[in-house]
Amino acid sequence: MKKEEYLDLYRQMVLIRRLEERAAELYQQGKIGGFLHLYIGQEAVSTGLVAARKPQDRMITAYRDHGLAINVGLTAKQVMAELLGKATGMSKGKGGSMHMADVEKNFWGGHAIVGAHLPIAAGLALGDQYTGSDGITVCMFGDGATNIGFFHEGVNLSKVWNLPVLWVCENNQYGMGTAVSRASAVSEIRQKAEGYGIPNERVEGMDVLEVKKAAEKALKFIREGNGPYFLEIMTYRFRGHSMGDPERYRESDEVKRWQENDPIGIYHKWLMDNKKADEEQLDQIVSQVEQEIEEAVEFAENSPEPAPEELFTDVYVEEV
Amino acid sequence: MAAITVRQAISDALREEMERDENVFILGEEVGVWGGTYAVTRGFYDQFGEKRVRDTPIAEAAIIGAAIGAAMTGLRPIAELMTINFAFSAMDHIVNQAPKLRYMFGGQFKVPMVIRAVGGGGRQLGATHSQTPDAIFAHFPGLKVVAPGTPEDAKGLLKAAIRSDDPVLFIEHATLYQWRGEVPEGDYTIPIGKSKVQRPGDAVTVVSYSKGLQMTMEAADRLAKEGINIEVVDLRTLRPLDMEPVIDSFKKTNRAVIVEEGWRSYGVGAEVAARLYEDAFDYIDAPIKRVAQKEVPLPYNRTLEQMAMPQVEDIIKAVKEVL
Repeated sequence: MKKEEYLDLYRQMVLIRRLEERAAELYQQGKIGGFLHLYIGQEAVSTGLVAARKPQDRMITAYRDHGLAINVGLTAKQVMAELLGKATGMSKGKGGSMHMADVEKNFWGGHAIVGAHLPIAAGLALGDQYTGSDGITVCMFGDGATNIGFFHEGVNLSKVWNLPVLWVCENNQYGMGTAVSRASAVSEIRQKAEGYGIPNERVEGMDVLEVKKAAEKALKFIREGNGPYFLEIMTYRFRGHSMGDPERYRESDEVKRWQENDPIGIYHKWLMDNKKADEEQLDQIVSQVEQEIEEAVEFAENSPEPAPEELFTDVYVEEV
Repeated sequence: MAAITVRQAISDALREEMERDENVFILGEEVGVWGGTYAVTRGFYDQFGEKRVRDTPIAEAAIIGAAIGAAMTGLRPIAELMTINFAFSAMDHIVNQAPKLRYMFGGQFKVPMVIRAVGGGGRQLGATHSQTPDAIFAHFPGLKVVAPGTPEDAKGLLKAAIRSDDPVLFIEHATLYQWRGEVPEGDYTIPIGKSKVQRPGDAVTVVSYSKGLQMTMEAADRLAKEGINIEVVDLRTLRPLDMEPVIDSFKKTNRAVIVEEGWRSYGVGAEVAARLYEDAFDYIDAPIKRVAQKEVPLPYNRTLEQMAMPQVEDIIKAVKEVL
């Protein structure tokens, strides 16, 4: 990787972090409605995956999707506008926090029903297999999604049909407030892939370069026509499940311990230790990001509401 | 015009569309090697191969979910549910994913897929395999729900469904497969969302669709012998619902009976009757009647099962009550 590329990974992670911190404030002020699931703590996962994918590879994820939206190149303005429900959001204010997508950037959405997007991801991969494209579908989901039937139906089908799909379980230790050990028969989620005969690996998810390396290896395997691959990426969300989470299910010491392993801090240190950047450069990135966020908030606040006629558009493609 | 069965009409529509468009493919349980459990896709596996006639595991969420994903990439999948009763195992994908993805993402996605599902009672399959739950699916904006009654409509509407850029649930009825009727020569489509007068009359407007249409046509023959000429309006599509021919007919007859095989409560009849009360109140000369299934799970025993299901006699009785 070139030096700028290393720095760009840092920029993406800081942008996600700062954007979400600002979003949390706007939520408290009542400017963002509905649910807001923050990705804070998990930034290295989506950042590493997108750094490893090729443009023809499709990304799809669950409802904790702001990070991926930034990684694929949606702007802070578009993300913020969608959070505020404005016409300038990428989903025209009709999707909100959990439903961001950009077909042009091969980002096939955040999906809000736990596990339901796994069979859909298998279908995206079938699309590429059917037409002979060498694109791969990278499907992200939480540990909680691996206990629902959709997971098993989708993962099984991917192996039966040898589909080009990379399954990525982001194991952040809790499905809402229920620890993995209390919800899953096996605490090592990758064992579930083992059960379907799918090659798999457990990855340290607080290190963006580790994630990228593991994803590159997996994508190479899939692109060679070997069928699906499964990564279990160990991570942790520093914030609650969503904004209304009382967090009775974990000790603050545990959260603190993980926060000492901040993916941004780890990468910051790596960049310095390996002479990829100096403190001044990294500070400059942070201040650029802060300015970008302020511009995004201003843009979103000043953007128009969706027009009333938007209520009835896009229910169908064809007139009814 | 050639007379063929509904089964043949559906089979012909599938074959012709697959020959016409490489992006059309079928996936479902036993659609390939077996030839379809209702023999609709017999011979397809040999003609089109395993890439385009795809046997799946018994995993309905995977079938519908994979069809949605493939459709989003631009293919035109036809997902077959062995019976509509199995749709409940894929309910999230049918009602919560396919119809919402376009709207929810501000128009970025298209989901051009067809779900074929056969339903209906009367074959002693017991309560879980005998349902006519059509109205449930017609509740959801974003989905189109088509339920033809004649071979001509089955072929033309299925072709339209396959060419549609929106998700379409295409409901077939197992005891209609052998019904014969004339079908136009060559390639044709019938627009989704258009009701049709299948038999003109002046006494009572009888509204139905699918299997109910067949029973209503039989009732019409018998009533005609008594000098009562009912007008039969076939909905053909449940969503979007085209009330225009129904209201036009009602303005003439001022009386209506609605026939459906599903349960009466919250059903197709309830919807059509409510719309008549809302939009044609001044034309009502008699209470609007519904002929539908009794409010019980369908029993296995043949006599009990038939007691629970609407019969031709029930239609005749209802017509005479509103006259």
